[in-house]
Amino acid sequence: MAELTEIGIAEARDLLSKGEVSSVELTTAHSVAMAEAQSLNAMITETPAQAKAMAAASDARRAQADGGEVGALEGIPLAIKDLFCTNDVLTTAGSHILDGFKPPYESTVTDKLWKAGAVMLGKTNMDEFAMGSSNETSYYGPVHNPWRRQGDGGDNRNLVPGGSSGGSATAVAGRFAMAATATDTGGSIRQPASFTGTVGCKPTYGRCSRWGVVAFASSLDQAGPITRSVRDNAIMLGAMAGYDPKDSTSANKAVPDFEAALTGDVRGLKIGVPKEFVLDGMPVEIEALWQQGIGWLKDAGAEIVDISLPHTKYALPAYYIIAPAEASSNLARYDGVRFGLRVDGSDLTEMYENTRAAGFGAEVRRRVLIGTYVLSAGYYDAYYLKAQKVRRLITQDFRDVYEQVDAILTPSAPSAAFAIGEKSDDPISMYLNDVFTVTANLAGLPGISIPAGLSDEGLPLGLQVLAPAFDEETMYRIAGVLEEAAAFTAQPEKWWRSAS
Amino acid sequence: MSVDKATVARIAHLARIGVGEDELEPLAAELSGILNWIEQLNEVDTETVPPMASVHDEALRWRADVINDGGKQADVVANAPDGDNDGDGAFFTVPKVIE
Amino acid sequence: MSNLVEGATGRWEVVIGLEVHAQVISQSKLFSGAATAFGAAANSQVSLVDAGMPGMLPVINEVAVEQAVRSGLGLNAKINTYSVFDRKNYFYADLPQGYQISQYLQPIVGEGVITVDLEDGSSRDIGVERLHLEQDAGKSIHDRHPTKTHVDLNRSGVALMEIVSKPDMRSAEEAGAYVRKVRAILRYLGTCDGNMEEGSMRADVNVSVRHPGDELGTRAEIKNVNSIRFMQQAIHYETSRQIDILEDGGSIDQETRLFDSQTGTTRPMRSKEEAHDYRYFPDPDLLPLEFSDEFVDGIRATLPELPDAKKKRYMAELGLSEHDAQVLVSERDIAVFFEEVATGREAKVAANWVQGDFFALLGKAELEVADSPISAAQLGGLIDLITDGTISGKIAKDVLETMFESGQDASVIVEEKGLKQVSDTGAIEGEIDKVIAANADKVAEFRGGKDKVLGWFVGQIMQATKGKANPQMVNQLLREKLKP
Ligand SMILES: [Mg+2]
Ligand SMILES: [Zn+2]
Repeated sequence: MAELTEIGIAEARDLLSKGEVSSVELTTAHSVAMAEAQSLNAMITETPAQAKAMAAASDARRAQADGGEVGALEGIPLAIKDLFCTNDVLTTAGSHILDGFKPPYESTVTDKLWKAGAVMLGKTNMDEFAMGSSNETSYYGPVHNPWRRQGDGGDNRNLVPGGSSGGSATAVAGRFAMAATATDTGGSIRQPASFTGTVGCKPTYGRCSRWGVVAFASSLDQAGPITRSVRDNAIMLGAMAGYDPKDSTSANKAVPDFEAALTGDVRGLKIGVPKEFVLDGMPVEIEALWQQGIGWLKDAGAEIVDISLPHTKYALPAYYIIAPAEASSNLARYDGVRFGLRVDGSDLTEMYENTRAAGFGAEVRRRVLIGTYVLSAGYYDAYYLKAQKVRRLITQDFRDVYEQVDAILTPSAPSAAFAIGEKSDDPISMYLNDVFTVTANLAGLPGISIPAGLSDEGLPLGLQVLAPAFDEETMYRIAGVLEEAAAFTAQPEKWWRSAS
Repeated sequence: MSVDKATVARIAHLARIGVGEDELEPLAAELSGILNWIEQLNEVDTETVPPMASVHDEALRWRADVINDGGKQADVVANAPDGDNDGDGAFFTVPKVIE
Repeated sequence: MSNLVEGATGRWEVVIGLEVHAQVISQSKLFSGAATAFGAAANSQVSLVDAGMPGMLPVINEVAVEQAVRSGLGLNAKINTYSVFDRKNYFYADLPQGYQISQYLQPIVGEGVITVDLEDGSSRDIGVERLHLEQDAGKSIHDRHPTKTHVDLNRSGVALMEIVSKPDMRSAEEAGAYVRKVRAILRYLGTCDGNMEEGSMRADVNVSVRHPGDELGTRAEIKNVNSIRFMQQAIHYETSRQIDILEDGGSIDQETRLFDSQTGTTRPMRSKEEAHDYRYFPDPDLLPLEFSDEFVDGIRATLPELPDAKKKRYMAELGLSEHDAQVLVSERDIAVFFEEVATGREAKVAANWVQGDFFALLGKAELEVADSPISAAQLGGLIDLITDGTISGKIAKDVLETMFESGQDASVIVEEKGLKQVSDTGAIEGEIDKVIAANADKVAEFRGGKDKVLGWFVGQIMQATKGKANPQMVNQLLREKLKP
């Protein structure tokens, strides 16, 4: 049997059902690996005791079921992004302002996971309030990507894992969580998946409930899974998704059997390749990877169609109006009155200003200020309303294109992982990380990143499959075929273990 | 559009984020940079395009008017950084407000 | 016009617009399942949504939507089958989310009009600008601690209808009549209990002054006035304050002011919010609110008869005077009471009793109709005793007083106290004979042509029978016996 931390959900499911391994064994193996990986700083809170108790309970359920029905994730140890509120377990959103906050409630998504039998290993580090693409904005410090450049002058610089779900991606890539929950507002699942050689899916807006997930930008936020394989991803999403009457934006649609969509057959599917995603100065290896992906799908019998998404260029600037605008309002509740950090002041206003100055980091402050500005009197029409109009055009681009094609293939990110500190001085160059992912958020569409190759420096690179709204099945079907063709088996050396 | 120090001070106050005098200038430069970049949007003709607030094309769902929440005073105030729990109730507290 | 105020520089006109906040009658809150009842222990009727906890989301209450539509129909207003919830962003201790979910550019109800009834019997149409749904804030309590304000979120998230008038009112009286009429309509509809003491109805009052015919002046907004009397005091104070400033060559600041009921004055809010910038934008946690014309028609079909229609009917079908009809329809409770009394009885008689002696007794006891110690059926029972001759109208007044004190039925009181009218010819004749025998001189006067003396005889008989003799019978028998 392979090391317990090396197997995925699908394999673990088989072993558990055959009784060859227990959830306690699986969970303990991951908790130990997690403890050994502390130098990666992927976790904000580890919950080994709770994990063990949940695993034991799972084993007991399985024993009781005695070959009967168990949950879809029965006994599977997971890491949870610290944006999901977890009952009585510290939930920080990567921010100082949520100091000590223990929600007296459980997010719908995590609740569904526990009901499906899953086990919580702990809460993952992330960019503060999910605002970032490198995990460097966390109050709890940056996460280190398990991957390092090969032949980087031997300096072994630590790289970012991408963000904002950098801790989740790292936990999965570093083999100390079998899978993890994540969220994606502009690319926060797919870009870190691409940077860490994992599979990350942002489903259709409305697929997963947002109830109990700390809000960044409500019209864009979507939860999704980061896993080690496409099949694992389909299994996880199946357990996370579903209608929630507590979320007015949750879609009242049945959840298909995503795993059953992995037929391995893409013959006759039309795959669009958007010309606007060819960027000036895009690294040759990204372009090559993309061509490779096109080749794989062609070989598998899909038809490649050149398409145009003319407003792609405007997606990021529109996003950087809409997301901060919503965030500036969503983050108003962090005021030092009812939970989290309070820094006293001589009067109420001063208390607010002191609390929020101390509680928010630079990037959050920047975005709250931008968001406040674009909504303020005299600027609303020029910025916010304009961005909403452009959002409609972007959405319409996709609707038009999906008249002709079944899905779209693009790179996931414009580069491989970069070094910590490399881009943190220049917000706009950081924002450009999401250039390939953000359109799907604006249009509410599902997208998945799968590891498809290595850069010249030996770092993972991802390809992205986008699909029409609520057609995750086609997305998974294509992703499965690409995964098979790419046969991506590379893994980072576990250098961090020796460091612990 | 470039923002000046006074504008930064005004929006920081609207957002209730304390910003030191020495931070205004660098923030103004940062925000101006971002806003200038955002203004590429002006290239797009949106004359006849209605704004889109949500990707949903459904109407709002309504819930029945039943009492199925509340009665959890302890949970509500459990995380309060400063509170008052005396005989007749549990309150949040803030520095005294004079209207 | 009598509403103009005489000043040193000429005559001034006061212009008033009102924003009435009316709490929707519903079991649970606008966006959460917590209860709305008044007077509960602090923070006991608070959901995590109402407390603005991270990740909490709003889901709209269908009854709040229905009530808003119902109210809109009652205000003769346009119902918007597509409306949008926006966030109004500002920081305040009792605003947990840091924004209020409200409706800004696209409210659920548009323009309407209501007719207000003034004391001189005239009426006037006042425009309604809009009605929108929004969340109430929590409550700040300033007197529990020397250096701290306490916050109770029980009200946080309760559904309010904000009803905005056009600046159509020109006097404190009109403003009072407007609030009374809005309150009456909402109570008829069952959409707001109109209880101003408990804060389920409050008004923001916009006041400005100008010389008639000029442009609108700069207005001051007086926040959260919680009685009609205070509102009228505030308007009077504000009118003279503004006129004084303008006549001294000053100018009015557009500002928010508070009314101090101790002094009857207004003052600027001390926590003066520098220029408001609410940064309204559509709430991304909610989708647009949409419903069909059929939904509206369904509500329209269940609307009760409203005061204006009722008044017309009382005049046309029941033959009541305009004044009587006006008084009886002014509050739903009164109309309901009256209609029960009037059912199967002479409407005019019922009207006289309800707004005559009954109201007088209520007034003396400082009670509302709803708290009346006697029911409409009981008052009806009293009227029936008059109609069938059991008691006289005069006796009935005393019986009503006793009913008020004891809550007993009229028939019981009449029986117990032996107040039954004497209609027995023999008994009355006996008394008459006695009086005639004892007063030969008066008899002679009458027979000599002094008709007035008959009244004296009636008085004597009534006195002798303690008022119980049937007066018509006494009259008739006396005339017969006194005949020469
Ligand atoms: Mg208002
Ligand atoms: Zn209001």
